[in-house]
Amino acid sequence: MTAVATKQLGHLDRLESESIHIMREVVAECERPVMLYSSGKDSAAMLHLAIKAFYPSKPPFPLLHVDTMWKFKEMIVFRDRRARETGMELLVHVNPQGIEMNIDPFVHGSKLHTEIMKTEALKQALDKWRFDAAFGGARRDEEKSRAKERILSFRTAQHRWDPKSQRPEFWRLYNSRKGPGESLRVFPLSNWTEADVWDYIARERIPVVPLYFAKVRPVVNRHGMLLMLDDERMKLHPGEVVEYKRVRFRTLGCYPLTGAIESAATTVGEIIAEMRDSRFSERQGRLIDHDGATSMEQKKQEGYF
Amino acid sequence: MHGVVVDSSPSRAPSAPPPIEKPILRFLTCGSVDDGKSTLIGRLLYDAGLAPDDLLVTLEKDSKKHGTQGDDLDFALLVDGLAAEREQGITIDVAYRYFATDQRKFIVADTPGHEQYTRNMATGASTAELAVLLVDARKGILEQTQRHSVIVSILGVRHVVVALNKMDLVGYAAETFNAIERDFRAFAEHLRFASITVVPLVAKDGDNVVNRSAHMDWYRGPTLLSHLESAAVGDASRIAPFRMPVQWVNRPSHDFRGFSGFIAGGNVQPGDIVRILPSGRDARVARIVTADGDLARAVSGQSVTLTLAADVDVSRGDVLASPVSPAKVGDRLHAKLLWLVREPLVLDKSYLLKLGTKLTPAFVKEATSHIKIETGLAEPLGEGGATLAFNEIGEVELWLDSPVACDRYIENRDTGGFILIDRVTNETVAVGMVQEATSTSRGANGLPESSYASMEGLPQPLARPWRHMPLRSLIKALSWRIPGSLVTFAVVFAFTKDAQISAAITATEILAKIALYYLHERLWTRLHIGFENNDAPPPPDEEGL
Repeated sequence: MTAVATKQLGHLDRLESESIHIMREVVAECERPVMLYSSGKDSAAMLHLAIKAFYPSKPPFPLLHVDTMWKFKEMIVFRDRRARETGMELLVHVNPQGIEMNIDPFVHGSKLHTEIMKTEALKQALDKWRFDAAFGGARRDEEKSRAKERILSFRTAQHRWDPKSQRPEFWRLYNSRKGPGESLRVFPLSNWTEADVWDYIARERIPVVPLYFAKVRPVVNRHGMLLMLDDERMKLHPGEVVEYKRVRFRTLGCYPLTGAIESAATTVGEIIAEMRDSRFSERQGRLIDHDGATSMEQKKQEGYF
Repeated sequence: MHGVVVDSSPSRAPSAPPPIEKPILRFLTCGSVDDGKSTLIGRLLYDAGLAPDDLLVTLEKDSKKHGTQGDDLDFALLVDGLAAEREQGITIDVAYRYFATDQRKFIVADTPGHEQYTRNMATGASTAELAVLLVDARKGILEQTQRHSVIVSILGVRHVVVALNKMDLVGYAAETFNAIERDFRAFAEHLRFASITVVPLVAKDGDNVVNRSAHMDWYRGPTLLSHLESAAVGDASRIAPFRMPVQWVNRPSHDFRGFSGFIAGGNVQPGDIVRILPSGRDARVARIVTADGDLARAVSGQSVTLTLAADVDVSRGDVLASPVSPAKVGDRLHAKLLWLVREPLVLDKSYLLKLGTKLTPAFVKEATSHIKIETGLAEPLGEGGATLAFNEIGEVELWLDSPVACDRYIENRDTGGFILIDRVTNETVAVGMVQEATSTSRGANGLPESSYASMEGLPQPLARPWRHMPLRSLIKALSWRIPGSLVTFAVVFAFTKDAQISAAITATEILAKIALYYLHERLWTRLHIGFENNDAPPPPDEEGL
């Protein structure tokens, strides 16, 4: 018995319920759904919602991680741990051509790295297992072109997104119809904000990667971003020094592309308090979003999540 | 200047209080091209201190490159996100924005003004409780304002705010404000809005957006933000009869079968009787299962999984409904339709209709009327040949391949709204609102009252179905009342010696008590107190008499 019955539904209850409804619709109407799992906080919340949506059944789809080989080591450890704990099947895909080309974001830049190791790799993985619907943890408040995306976002057989002719989406009615080879990207967290995700993680006590919590870590200040030395592949430029600072990450991705922030927040509660006072948006720590004002839109058209 | 990395040494923050649960208001902004919708949202975020600093740096940069405001910040660039939108300076698709003040959380659908993107505007309206209609004070109410008002009204948005923008360009004149307010109220008379509020403002300067204008002392009403924070918009679905379209049958093992769905109306508790539609069978709710434990009660807006006490046939597309006021079941729908694509509606062509969780082939038999955009009123069309073109709204007769359980849209958005999908292109070609559902097969619609007797564990008091109970109750009421009322007349006359008063009292009493007795009798048919539970005969088959 819970207290929900007597009080008005709060905004977290409503967001949770909406996300669960979206997942159930897609599972009921699509043949081979998959959940993209990056082990970040949005993925953590999404996986938790999936477990709730299908309880007492296990979510009837596998998790898919598109590994770029440049993720923080702790993310990989956490990913494997969570898959084990939840009993979810975990599929991992790395672009074999990328390995052959020895793609290195430090050498080739963020744009090429993202194209080959994320966008291309994702398309390969979806084709390989013939998934017709992929859940992603993206939220509309993250970025301006995300704000325009539908909850069920239609992709051609070539995985392209056409932002100018999206299907209209009314009420809670989703049109999941598609032709052979075509697929859907599904965003159950569309209407969540960063603050909602953290509030929910706090309320539901959802485990997250320790990188979100402040700790003294080795960092290098490069082009105004604090990059963490996660392994020996990161070489220091002339004049750079390794500093030990109390830092944490607001978003997580590939370590060469993700800036840390100085912080003392070591609990979810402290993260929430810190975020309320912050004057900066979440994605400022992400290098790839600064490739141009509409770079995210372009990447998405090409098949990026 | 703003660096890329937060350059601060935050002090150790105290543990945050538990998340504050606030009510959400979903609203949309709409209006003609260049009325300043995106500018208004940008300004709202900026003045309320809700735009992050790094986005403001980007805004400064973008204002110099694409801005339409000279050296000033172009607030529209805070929200127009697509490349084509920034280049052309227009909004193409609906953008969702999220912000919160101390009072409320807001989900804003910022919708496009161009007529060719009307479907995106309608998308934004379908989930909104309130609409902010932008009107240029120099131009007054335009056709596009009317079009948007009509669409907003048809989609059931009950509260409207007219944001009368660019007041600076009409000298902040109260006369202009009064004239446009009068025009709008006259136009909106048929649109049945529960509230209309007109706010004079200047979006680019922020007058009456968050802060009061220094130029319009004559205006005594609220600023836009304070109105949005205080507007009373009720959630009608909470007091609606229970509805849960079944999304998914949850069967982890052979000893658990649950029905998952989003409660679209009312509430439910274990022990309640629900009617399974379209079949018409009744069953008792055994448990409300969630991952956090069973619930004692679930309400509209919650996603739950119900188990039933009886082993009955329920599948995706069915609706679990209150047996006291069940949803209508029909395979003929009279509905309003907004046509969303360039290829016009083709009569008798098979489309897919999705309503709730039900998907069924359907075709439009006839378009009976067009809805005139200037007035929102229906204009009858002649027999045959009439169709609906891109962005047109009309009333149609739909014939469905299989019956659906639904409500009138004005009674429940979730069980009264539907879409039509093209079977070849898979595009969503129309959005519809049910006005009436009827049935051609008697078994589906006129639910036999005997369906009560099909409930497991309930006694079956009558061997025959109770088809004639309403009529029987009525006749019994009459045969009882008539002698009773004659006595009443006699007694009152004995006391008052006034035939007129006696007749009046008797007449009143007859009507009131017939109604009361009828209700009392009907109520008792629902109760089973005092029945003996003899070996109940097996549930009757669907007789469909």
